[in-house]
Amino acid sequence: MKFYIPPQIPRLAIAFAIFISLFLLLRHFLVPDTFGKYGHYRAASLIDNEQPEIHYSGQEACFKCHQNIEDKKAQDVHSEIHCETCHGPGEKHVISSKAEDIFKPSGREFCGKCHALNAAKLKSAVFQIDLEKHNVGKNCIECHNPHQPWEMKK
Amino acid sequence: MDPHFQHLYDILAHSQGYIFPNEIDLQWGILIVVYPFITGLVAGAFILASLERVFKVKILKPTYQIALLTALSFLLVATMPLISHLSQPQRAYEIMITPHSSSAMAIFGFVYLWYLMVVLLLEIWFDYRHSMVVWSNEKTGIMKWVYKVLTLGVSDISPRTLRWDRKLGYIITVVGIPSAFILHGYVGFIFGSIKANPWWSTPLMPIIFLFSAMVSGISMVMLLYMIISYFRKKSIELNVLDSIGKFLFFVLILDFTLEGLDQIQRIYEAEESFEIIKLLVSSKLYLTLFVSQGLIGTIIPLITLAFLQFYKYQIKLKKTIYFIIGIFVLIGVYSMRWNVVIGGQLFSKSFSGFTSFKVGLIGLDGTLMAVFWILLPFAILAFLLWLLPPWKMIPEED
Amino acid sequence: MGNEKIRISRRKFLKNATMVAGAAFGYAWLKSSQVLLFAAEPKDESLPWYGIVIDIQKCIGCGSCAKACKNENDVPKEPFFFRTWIEQYTVKNDGSVNIVSPNGGIDGFVQTVPTEEIFKSFFVPKMCNHCAKSPCIQVCPVGATYDSPEGVVLIDEKYCIGCRYCVQACPYGCRFIHPVKKVANKCTLCYHRLKKGLAPACMEVCPTGARMYGNLRDKNGELVKFLKEHTTQVLRPHLNTGSKLYYNALSSEVR
Repeated sequence: MKFYIPPQIPRLAIAFAIFISLFLLLRHFLVPDTFGKYGHYRAASLIDNEQPEIHYSGQEACFKCHQNIEDKKAQDVHSEIHCETCHGPGEKHVISSKAEDIFKPSGREFCGKCHALNAAKLKSAVFQIDLEKHNVGKNCIECHNPHQPWEMKK
Repeated sequence: MDPHFQHLYDILAHSQGYIFPNEIDLQWGILIVVYPFITGLVAGAFILASLERVFKVKILKPTYQIALLTALSFLLVATMPLISHLSQPQRAYEIMITPHSSSAMAIFGFVYLWYLMVVLLLEIWFDYRHSMVVWSNEKTGIMKWVYKVLTLGVSDISPRTLRWDRKLGYIITVVGIPSAFILHGYVGFIFGSIKANPWWSTPLMPIIFLFSAMVSGISMVMLLYMIISYFRKKSIELNVLDSIGKFLFFVLILDFTLEGLDQIQRIYEAEESFEIIKLLVSSKLYLTLFVSQGLIGTIIPLITLAFLQFYKYQIKLKKTIYFIIGIFVLIGVYSMRWNVVIGGQLFSKSFSGFTSFKVGLIGLDGTLMAVFWILLPFAILAFLLWLLPPWKMIPEED
Repeated sequence: MGNEKIRISRRKFLKNATMVAGAAFGYAWLKSSQVLLFAAEPKDESLPWYGIVIDIQKCIGCGSCAKACKNENDVPKEPFFFRTWIEQYTVKNDGSVNIVSPNGGIDGFVQTVPTEEIFKSFFVPKMCNHCAKSPCIQVCPVGATYDSPEGVVLIDEKYCIGCRYCVQACPYGCRFIHPVKKVANKCTLCYHRLKKGLAPACMEVCPTGARMYGNLRDKNGELVKFLKEHTTQVLRPHLNTGSKLYYNALSSEVR
C-alpha cells in the first residue's frame, strides 16, 4: 500500500510555509541595519548616545579667559572646586561670553547648601557654620570672597 | 508647576515613608492586571476542553466547543492590553523581529504565536473542517466562499480523511495541554523572574498563575455555557454543571494550597523585605487580598462547592449557586492579578515606604480601555458562535 | 477531463507557490541568520571598562550633582525623574531609620531630626550602578538597552518600546520613563561627555570629590588604587547584579 498522506497536511504545511516566509521577509526589511553588530542592540545607538550637546564645559574652558580666578582660587580652600559647581552650566557662556549667560550665585541659602550645619556632614569633609547664629542678615559674600573664602573683605 | 504633572504631585502627597524618587508613578497599571487575567482565561478554558478530549469526559461534551472558541476569542485579544499600555505602541513589532532571548517578555511573543497558530487554530480547524465543508456546500452567496476559504480548500470528507481530522486533532490537543501550561506559566514567569521585586520573585509564581488560570477559565466556561444556553432557550444540563463544578472544586483546592504554601514560605523565611510586605498586605492590599481574593474568590466558593458535592439541592437553586460561584471565582482571580501586579509596585524597592495608585478613567491605560479589552472577547465569541455554531456541527460517526 | 485539467493546473500552482515561498524563505534566511544569533559582545581590551566610586564620608549633601545631571541631560525638573539623587539616612538612638530625599536633594538638605536623637547620619548619592550583569538589560524584550563596549549601560531611545519592564527590573530604582520622550531614561555616565574626554556632569561639579569614575582595566589607575586601599561595597550584593558602583564607608542600613 502506498504511504498515505492525509490531504490536510500538505495544505497546512503550505499555509505555515507562507506565513513563516512572510514573517522572515518582513523581518528582513524591518531589522535595523546595525543591529547585532556588537551585541543584541542597534550599534548605531552608540553614536546616538554620543550626540547630545554638553552644557557643562569643564573648568579648563573657564580658565582660558579667567586666568586671574584660577590663580586666586589656587591659593585657598576652594581650589579643588570647579567653577561650574557654583556658577552652573557654562557652555552657553563659553560660546557667547555674555555675562547674562552665566549664573552668579549669592545668598546665605546658596552657601548653606554646603556650609550649613548638618549631622550628616563630616567635620573633616566641609567647614560648617550655624546659619542661625553666624552674622544673621548678612550675605556671605559681603565678608567672604567666594573664590578665596579666607581672604576677608573687611 | 506644570499642570501635566499634577497627578504625580497628588500621589507624592499620598506616599508614605521613603520611596525612591523615580518610584512615585506606577509603571504598570490596570491594563497589565487585565493582561494576565485574559491570558489565564485562555489557558483555563483550553485545559477544560482538553480534559474532555484527552480523558474522554463525555459529560462535558456540550462545553467542549464553547471552551475552545472562548479560548480563541480571549487569545486574540490577549496581547492588546500589553500593546496599548506601551508608550511607543507603534514599535511593538520589534518584539517579534529582534526578540531578546533573555527577556521573558520577548519569548512570550513566540509562546503566544505557537499557542495561537499551532494549537488553538489548528485544533479548531480539525474540529470544524467537516462541518465547514458541508456548510460551504449548503450555503449560497458570500458565506459559501467564507467557509470554503476557512477550509483552506481541503474539501475531502471521505471517512478516511475525517478519521485523520480526529487523529491530528487529538495530537494537537495532547501538544496543546503542555502549551497551555507553558503559555500561562510564562505569564507568571514574567513577574516571577524579577529578582528586584520580592513580592513577585518566587519560583512558585508560574505555577500559582497556572492554577489560578485554570480556576478562572473553568468558571468562565461554566458561566458562558449557562448564558449561551439561556440565549438559545435550551435547558442547562445539571450534570454538566456538576461535572465542571467538581473540576473547579479540585483545582481551587490546589490553587488555594499553592498560594498558601507560597505565603507560608514567605512568612517563615521572613527575609529583608518581609516587614514591608507585611505592612503591604495588612494595609494597602487588605481588601483585595483577604476579602476579594481570599474570602469571595476562594473560601466561599470552596465551602459552597464542597456542600454541593455532598448535599442535594433543588435544581434551580443549584444552577443559581453555580452561577454566583462562577462570578465569585472570577472576581477572586481578577483580584489576585491586581494584588500581584499593583501590589508589587506599591511598596518601594527601598523597602521603606509606599506610593499610592489611582486608576485613571480615560486614556490609553485607563479603566475604560481595560473594560473595552475585557468586553471585546465576548463580542468576538458571539461572532465565532455565529460563524461556527457548535450546535449545528455535523456529528462525528464512531 | 475537466477535473483532470483543474488538478494539473492546481498542482502547477502549488509547485510555483512552493518555489516562490521557498525562495522568499531562503532569501530572508540568508540575511537573518546573521542576526538570529546575534554576535557575542566583543571584549575590546583597548577600550576602558568604567567603574564608579562614591565616597560616603566625603559627601556633604549639597545636591550639586543631582542638579547638574538634570541640566546636562535635559531631565524634567519635576521631582519625579532623577538619573542621580541623594538620600539622607538618619539612624536614631532608638534604632529607627529615617530616610529623606527632598527633590532628590537638589535644593540641599535641612536636618530634620534633632542632633541629640541622632545615633548617626550620612548622605548616600544614588545613580545607575552600570551593572555588569544588569537585570534591566536582561529583561528588555527588544534590545533597546545594552551594555556599551565601555561597560556603560545605555538606552536606544529610537528603539525602546516603552514597556517599562526595565524599570521594574532595576533593584535600585534608577530608571524612569521620560515624560516627553516616552521611552526609558537613566544615567548614561554622561556617555556623550566621556567620549569628548570630559568627566560626567555630576563628577565635574562635586565640590568634595565624593564621586569618582575610572577605568577598571587600568590596574595602576586612580580608581583601582582607591578600591585596593579602601573597603568598598556595592548595593544589594545578594542580587548578583555585578554592580560597578562601589561605595566607600557604606552603612548596613542602606538599600
